[in-house]
Amino acid sequence: MIRFLTRRLAYMAVTVLLVSLVSFLIVQAAPGDYAAIYAAKKAATGAIIRQTDIEAVRVQLGLDKPWYVQYGLWLYNAVFHADFGESWQWKRPVGEVIAERMPLTLAIAFSTLIFMYAISIPVGIYAAVRRYSFGDYASSLLGYLGLATPNFLLALVIMYLSQRYFGQSAGGLFSPGVANAPWSLTKFWDLLKHLAVPVVVLGTAGTAFLIRAMRAAVLDELDKMYVLSAKASGLSPLQLLIRYPVRVALNPIASTLGWRLTYVISGAPIVGYVLALPDTGPLFLGALLNQDMQLAGAMIFIYCVLTIIGTLISDVLLVLLDPRIRLE
Amino acid sequence: MSLADTLRTFRRRPRAISRPDLASQWQLMWWQFRRHKMAMVGLALLGIFMIFVLFAEVVSPYPPFQRDPAYVTGAPMSPRFFEEDGTFHLRPFVYGRKTARDMVTLQLKHAVDTSQIWPIRFFVHGKPYKLLGLIPTDIRLFGVDQGFIHLFGTDFTGLDIFSRTIHASRASLGVGFIGVAISFILGAAIGGAAGYFGGALDNIVMRVIEFIRSIPTLPLWLALAAMLPRDWPPLWTYAAITVILSLLGWTWLARTVRSKLLATRHEPFVLAAKLSGCTDMRIIRRHLLPSFMSYLIVDTSIAFPEIILAETSLSFLGLGLREPVESWGVLLFSAQSIRSIDQAPWLMIPGIFVIVAVLAFNFLGDGLRDAADPYSR
Repeated sequence: MIRFLTRRLAYMAVTVLLVSLVSFLIVQAAPGDYAAIYAAKKAATGAIIRQTDIEAVRVQLGLDKPWYVQYGLWLYNAVFHADFGESWQWKRPVGEVIAERMPLTLAIAFSTLIFMYAISIPVGIYAAVRRYSFGDYASSLLGYLGLATPNFLLALVIMYLSQRYFGQSAGGLFSPGVANAPWSLTKFWDLLKHLAVPVVVLGTAGTAFLIRAMRAAVLDELDKMYVLSAKASGLSPLQLLIRYPVRVALNPIASTLGWRLTYVISGAPIVGYVLALPDTGPLFLGALLNQDMQLAGAMIFIYCVLTIIGTLISDVLLVLLDPRIRLE
Repeated sequence: MSLADTLRTFRRRPRAISRPDLASQWQLMWWQFRRHKMAMVGLALLGIFMIFVLFAEVVSPYPPFQRDPAYVTGAPMSPRFFEEDGTFHLRPFVYGRKTARDMVTLQLKHAVDTSQIWPIRFFVHGKPYKLLGLIPTDIRLFGVDQGFIHLFGTDFTGLDIFSRTIHASRASLGVGFIGVAISFILGAAIGGAAGYFGGALDNIVMRVIEFIRSIPTLPLWLALAAMLPRDWPPLWTYAAITVILSLLGWTWLARTVRSKLLATRHEPFVLAAKLSGCTDMRIIRRHLLPSFMSYLIVDTSIAFPEIILAETSLSFLGLGLREPVESWGVLLFSAQSIRSIDQAPWLMIPGIFVIVAVLAFNFLGDGLRDAADPYSR
C-alpha cells in the first residue's frame, strides 16, 4: 500500500508539473506583457513614460529573463506563496480573488458528487433488478436526454421555468430580499433552494451516465454462480442483493469518482456563469473574455489540481474497496 | 413453416445472400444493426439532418440574414389545419398577425389575428440562391403568398429563427465532422504506433492520454479558444476552433486502437504477413486495421456528440464561432440572459436541434456497438 501510494504521489507530482506548464503558457499568451499594460495605464493618467521606465518595470518583474526562469518563478510563487501575480481586471492579487469564490465552487462540486451517487446507485440497482420494466425504460430515456442536453441549456430552461411559473429567480445564491439579511434559518433555507439548481444542472448528465454504468454492472453480477448459491442457501432477496452483487458492482462505480469530479469541475464554470452564481465560474469566463490571462491561467491550474486530487482519491478508494486489485 | 412466416423471412432478406454463413462481415453487421430500433431512428434523424445540411436554402423559407421589419421579436407561428371554430382546410395555414404598440412599455406587440388566414404553399418562388452552390434557382420548400411565416418566431432583429437554425446545422455538424476526422487520424496514428511498437513509446503515449483525461477539458478549451485573436476572419476561427476541439478528443480512439492492436498483433495471420515480407505499414493498413475497423466506427460515433456539445457551449459563451458564421451555439448566444429568454423563450429552440442531433448520434452509436461484433451471437 505504501509503495502504491508513493508511486501514485510521484505520478501526481509529475502531472501537476505538466499542468502548471500548460497554465503558464496560457498566462504567457496574454497580448503584451504586464510592463506594457503598466505603461499604458500610466500613460492614460497623463504621466510621461520613457522606454527606459518600461524596461525598469520589466526588470523589476523579471520579464527580461528567459521563459523557463519566469516559469520557475511563477511556479515557485504559486506553490509556496499562493501568489499568482496580479489580475489587471480586478487590480488585486489573483490568489485573493480566487480564494473568495473558491469555497462556493467546492461546495457545489461536492454537493453535485453526492447528488449524483445518491440518485444513480439506487436507480441503477432498481433498473437492473426490474429489467425491462416501466421504471427501467423511464430511467434510460431520462438518461439519454440528460446526456444529450448541454448543461447551459438545462440551466436556461430551469431559470426560465422558475421565473415564469414560480416568479422567483433561480439564478444567484439568494433571493433579492434575503441577500443582505443577517444569517437565519430562512436565509439558510433560501441558500439551499438556490444551491439545488446548479447541483441538479451539473449533476444530470453525470447521473445519467452513472445510472447506466450501475445498471450494467449489477446485471453482470446477477447472472453469476455465487448469486445462485446464495439464493439457494436461503438469503432473503434484498439481503442477498445488497450483500453481494451490489457490493461488487460498486467497485467500478467508485473507481470513476475521479472522472466524475473532472467532469463536474469541467462543467462548473459555464453553469456558474449562466446562473450568475458568485462562484469561480463568472470569474473564469470574465477573465477569458477580457483576456485577463494571469487570472485565467491560475484558475486553470487550480481546476486541474482539484481533479488530479480527485483522481488520486478514487484510485485509493478502489484499492481499499477491492482487494483483488493488485498493487503493481 | 406457415405461409406467413415464409413471406416474412422473404421480405426481411430479399437479397440473394440470405445465409449467415455466406454473408460478408458488413452484411452481418447491417442485419444486426437493423434489429436495433433506436439505432434505425437515429440513422433516420441523421438522414434528415443531412438533407438540412445539403439543401438548407430549399428547406428554409427565408435567407438566414433577411430581417423582417414587420415581425420583430415575434412568437413562433404554428401551422394548422383547423380554424378556431373547427372549419377544416386541406391546405395548412397560419393565422395572420396584427401589430400594436403597448401603451405602457411603448414596445411593439404582435398578436394572433384569427380573421386573417395565410395559406401555406409548397415549392414557391422565394429569394434566389444557388442550389449546392452551383445551380441558380429560387424554389423554396414552403412559403406564404400574403404576410409572412416564421415557424420558430423571430429574434430581436427580426431574423427568422427557423431559417437560421436550418442553415446553422451546416456549421454545427461540419465542426463535428471535421473535428472527428482529425481526431480519427490522430487517434489511429498515435494509438496505432503505441500499440504496434509497444515498449517505451507505448508507455509515453499512455501517460499522455492519462494526463489529458485527468484535466478538465472544457475550461482548457475555453482558454485556448479565448487565446485566438479576435480580428481573425471567420473562416480561420472556424478552422482553429475545430482543431482545438479535436486536439483533446483523440484519446478515446487512440486507446481503442492501441488495445485492439495489442490484442491482435501476435495473431498467426500477422506472423504470416510478416513472414511473407510485408512492411510494418502494410501489415497495419491491410491486415490489422480492417480487423477492428468496426470498433473504430463505434468510437467515432461517440466522439461526434462530444464535439458538437463542446462547440455549442463555446459559441454560446461567445468564445467559439462568431457571426457571420452560424451554428446552433452562435444562435443560442442571444439567449444568454434571463431577460432575453423571458421576453422571447423561442430563442432556445436551436437548443432542441442540438439535443436531437446528440441523441441521434448516441442511438446510432449504441446500435453500432451491438452490430460491431456480428460473430458474438
